[in-house]
Amino acid sequence: MDVIETLLPGVGRRYEFTLHDGHQLCVVSTRDDHYTVSSFEADDPDVGRTLFRLDEDEAVTLAEILGAPRIAVKLADLSREVPGLASEQVEILAGSRFDGRSLGDSQARTRTGSSVVALVRDDRVIASPLPTQDLIAGDVLVVIGTSDGIAKVRTLFEAP
Amino acid sequence: MSADGALAAAVTPGIADILLEVGAVLFVLGILGGVARRFGLSPVPLYLVAGLFLGEGGAVTLDASAGFLAVGAELGLILLLLTLGLEFSADEFSSVLRRHVPSGFVDLLLNATPGAVAGWILFDSWTAALVMAGVTWVSSSGIVARVVSDLGRLANRETPSVLAILVLEDIAMAVYLPLVAVLVAGGGLVEVVIAVSASVTAVLIVLLGSRHFGDRLSHRLTNAEDEQVLLRVFGITLVVAGLTTLLDASAAVGAFLVGLALTGKAADRSRELLSPLRDIFAAVFFVFFGLSIDPSTLPPVLVGATVLAVITLVTKVLTGWYASARDGAGPRGRMRAGLVLAARGEFAVVIGGLAVASGLEEVGPVTAAYVLILAVASPVLARFADEIARPFMPKPVAA
Repeated sequence: MDVIETLLPGVGRRYEFTLHDGHQLCVVSTRDDHYTVSSFEADDPDVGRTLFRLDEDEAVTLAEILGAPRIAVKLADLSREVPGLASEQVEILAGSRFDGRSLGDSQARTRTGSSVVALVRDDRVIASPLPTQDLIAGDVLVVIGTSDGIAKVRTLFEAP
Repeated sequence: MSADGALAAAVTPGIADILLEVGAVLFVLGILGGVARRFGLSPVPLYLVAGLFLGEGGAVTLDASAGFLAVGAELGLILLLLTLGLEFSADEFSSVLRRHVPSGFVDLLLNATPGAVAGWILFDSWTAALVMAGVTWVSSSGIVARVVSDLGRLANRETPSVLAILVLEDIAMAVYLPLVAVLVAGGGLVEVVIAVSASVTAVLIVLLGSRHFGDRLSHRLTNAEDEQVLLRVFGITLVVAGLTTLLDASAAVGAFLVGLALTGKAADRSRELLSPLRDIFAAVFFVFFGLSIDPSTLPPVLVGATVLAVITLVTKVLTGWYASARDGAGPRGRMRAGLVLAARGEFAVVIGGLAVASGLEEVGPVTAAYVLILAVASPVLARFADEIARPFMPKPVAA
């Protein structure tokens, strides 16, 4: 499904997509982590009429019910709760020496002390990937560790 | 201790007068702000009117507190620009740049031109023309963002293009303000080139720097209790604003750059902590601008200001029409975008204030009357945009 994401500078983000029955749905996420879900009227297809508003916890609950992966958001929260711990995304670039090899080959944990806790490929999220997990260019690793450790992971995967 | 107290009283005679005047002014502004909000309007025009009544030639004159209000107004300007810079990040700016640059140019061309022509006709000076161009060009980010959110239009198709125009204008101010500051101070071509290239360089450095080091800097500054964060961010902002003033640029630009440099959670936190302070001193800033204008100078410029307001209302509608049409909005959405963008407010006052402070006093009354008209008219008209767009519905062609 195509989701059109637009930036609302100073406000947040706006996501728009069309349902199977032709209705258009719009979600506005604001910076205070509130979500407004709107539908568009047949009369004026540019006006979003608010269906409901969700605060942060309600949005997480709804997402869990719907089974959507919100791992990255939760990890960001976790790293905020533990001082010194950070979470960042590291992309496997084309030309990386681990493009086409397994995650275990990189020995990322042993070499840097940081953990790869998830792998995002296209719009799929592979949580807790095993050492046998293959890596391809374009994959995004979600890494948790100290800032230095994450920087090392980045260097490791960026090296040709 | 008591000797110190006696000394302080001797050095600052009339401290009671200052407290009484400032307190009364702030209290009245609080009442006026409540009235404005009840009618869904911005308090900015009412603050200006209050300033007109209180100043030179007004009903009451504030003598004791004039010095304090002048400093307070400067702090208000700095805080306004700081919180504006905090509103958006380098990533947002680059994404706006990728998509909306043509709208930004249409905005500049359509809206700065009438002001420039008016400035030239009314005051017969290039500097005044440049100042008036800025006054009519820049929409009020504060009023527009508020009206869009109040009217529940955040999810609408036209809204991203409206907010994008605000971002482009705000960033353009970082270059425009030093240019005006140098010109009204009587600087020549060399000074203008130096000031503009310095501020462009500074903006680029801050934007690129905040992408790479912003998180670390923000973390250092804001990894503490609220009180310390408030003192650190406000302190740094004043230092940078002071430095940019020393360099003959506007203090406003320095404050804006500090706001841009802070990112993510740090920006959110600073905005939250500084908002109350901003509200107090920004109100003082608007009153102070009103104070600097003699109300008896307003009636002669009223016709000119009204004509200019009507023309630039139409040009802003065309701007919003063009920008939101590029995002695929229909006629009603385009009219909504245009009418909401027509509000001029804090930046017009900032530019006018800068000119007045540098001796270009004749620009003040026109700017005040112009802002009074559009800051009130635009939010009201924006509310009825769908009805106003009706004539354009069957045959959607630009007005």
